[in-house]
Amino acid sequence: MIEVVVFLIFAGVAIAGALVMVMGRNPVHSAVGLLTTMFSIAVFYVLQNAHFVAAVQVVIYAGAVMTLFLFVIMMIGVDKTEDTTEQIPWQRPIAIVVSVGLAAVILIAGSRAWITGRSIFVDGINETIEVVADALFGTWTLAFLSTVFLLTIAAVGTIAMAQYSPRRPEEES
Amino acid sequence: MVTPGWYMALAAVLFSIGGAGVLVRRNALVMFMSIELMLNSVNLTFVAAGTGLGLIEGQTAALFVIVVAAAEVTIGLAILVAVFRGRATANVDELSSLGG
Repeated sequence: MIEVVVFLIFAGVAIAGALVMVMGRNPVHSAVGLLTTMFSIAVFYVLQNAHFVAAVQVVIYAGAVMTLFLFVIMMIGVDKTEDTTEQIPWQRPIAIVVSVGLAAVILIAGSRAWITGRSIFVDGINETIEVVADALFGTWTLAFLSTVFLLTIAAVGTIAMAQYSPRRPEEES
Repeated sequence: MVTPGWYMALAAVLFSIGGAGVLVRRNALVMFMSIELMLNSVNLTFVAAGTGLGLIEGQTAALFVIVVAAAEVTIGLAILVAVFRGRATANVDELSSLGG
């Protein structure tokens, strides 16, 4: 019962945060809305006994990624309010219709599989961290090692982008 | 009793909101945040499916998605900063050099 209450509260918080993110005129408001949604999703992970993923969610997303976003916002354009005039006519209504339609299609298609599917929420996977570690370092070692390459490539790419100096148009002759 | 279907329905709603953000907003940073929201909702779906099926692979898949998203954010924001140094704007409508 308490599970349902927690779920409903944080589902509302997550959707509200997402809407604030999409509709906020100021990028900082968008970042705070996304932060709220990410914390709510961490709560959902805890509810599903995925404690390790919840910790990773808070540390990486709410910590590192959002800090990086706020840093770039402060650097790039916090003082500029976004130009809300739409260049392409009908873009905004069509986008909203497409999004609502996407949600409807996923919900309708999914309701056949999930909601009436096997009634679940098992006792939860105990000792989640051990089980996750066994899967990561046992079954999925190759995938885990390939993330090393991915992160190395990302670091090298970021350094390359940081050293790139774009030529201003007036410098071109 | 909260079944994994509830989490998946919520994830579908969050995914659609993120998609709307990508389509509607013109600030490249906010578009990035919308993509992050979509990745997050996919993670929620993975974990819910893993819980529902009693498999740990849902959580490992979510972890891999988190790693990829972290790398993607690093590269994307670096590109944004480089673009901003050249153009002094984060509005994607004004970044049309490749459009001819």
